[in-house]
Amino acid sequence: MSVNPDIAGRTFAPVAPYLVGREKIREFSRAVFATHPINHDPEAARAAGYADVVAPPTFPVVVQEATLAQLLAEPDAGIDFTRVVHGDQRFTFTRPIVAGDELTATLTVASVKSLGGHSMVTAVSEIVDQAGAHVVTATSTLVVRGDE
Amino acid sequence: MNAVRSDQLTVGDIVAEGEFTLSRDSLVRYAGASGDFNPIHYRDDVAVDVGLPGVLAHGMLTMGFAVQPVVDWIGDPGRIADYQVRFTRPVPVDAADGAHVRVVAKVGQIEDSACRIDLTVTFNDQTVLGKAQARVFLA
Repeated sequence: MSVNPDIAGRTFAPVAPYLVGREKIREFSRAVFATHPINHDPEAARAAGYADVVAPPTFPVVVQEATLAQLLAEPDAGIDFTRVVHGDQRFTFTRPIVAGDELTATLTVASVKSLGGHSMVTAVSEIVDQAGAHVVTATSTLVVRGDE
Repeated sequence: MNAVRSDQLTVGDIVAEGEFTLSRDSLVRYAGASGDFNPIHYRDDVAVDVGLPGVLAHGMLTMGFAVQPVVDWIGDPGRIADYQVRFTRPVPVDAADGAHVRVVAKVGQIEDSACRIDLTVTFNDQTVLGKAQARVFLA
């Protein structure tokens, strides 16, 4: 089974909104060794001009995850999960994620490329807030290994 | 908060460094916090079955902590405008000894009110991330 090149350009339905909790930001911060007070202390965050604690730069992966699950489960995509390796990752912010945000992510397959028997699938998840304003774009390139 | 201005920077300056010790506990903690429960990050038998040397750190965990020296330097996690990495080499985490990962952050490019910081992230003196770059808003 190989990756279906026709999924390039396909946009999926938005996933269910993700409500960002203060304790989730603290938990994620501890897990990535993020010790800055703005990640943990609402008073420090407010003093810096934020409504509540600020998530670390890689936190959007938690919101993006449901969109990648959609892609992997797409019947005609032909992506064998057991052969997927994470190739690269990028987060491009309009503003940081703050506790209290309700975020909605929508995935588009930007490209499907073949390279030496492998397929490279680039998936772009646009993450917007409850007002529909852009917060961050999470881009993943998944390398799907071909048959050996 | 540190108010770093672009006229204080020179391309090539080391602005931050860090050393992180990962244990199996770190991987379990990251699995729980991120929701990535792929067993290759906590079960040696599964890792060996799929041809790996042993349990590996999540690439997203390495990406996650590698930017923290930059956050502490600039003094605000909300100033990271863009952050990207390529996962080039895995980080095996020994059950007893863990893994020590080193981060060096250098100025790569300077704009009027932003800069690009290039990260060199190494395990056993080999880089594990490629094109690891953070664009940071300055004062």
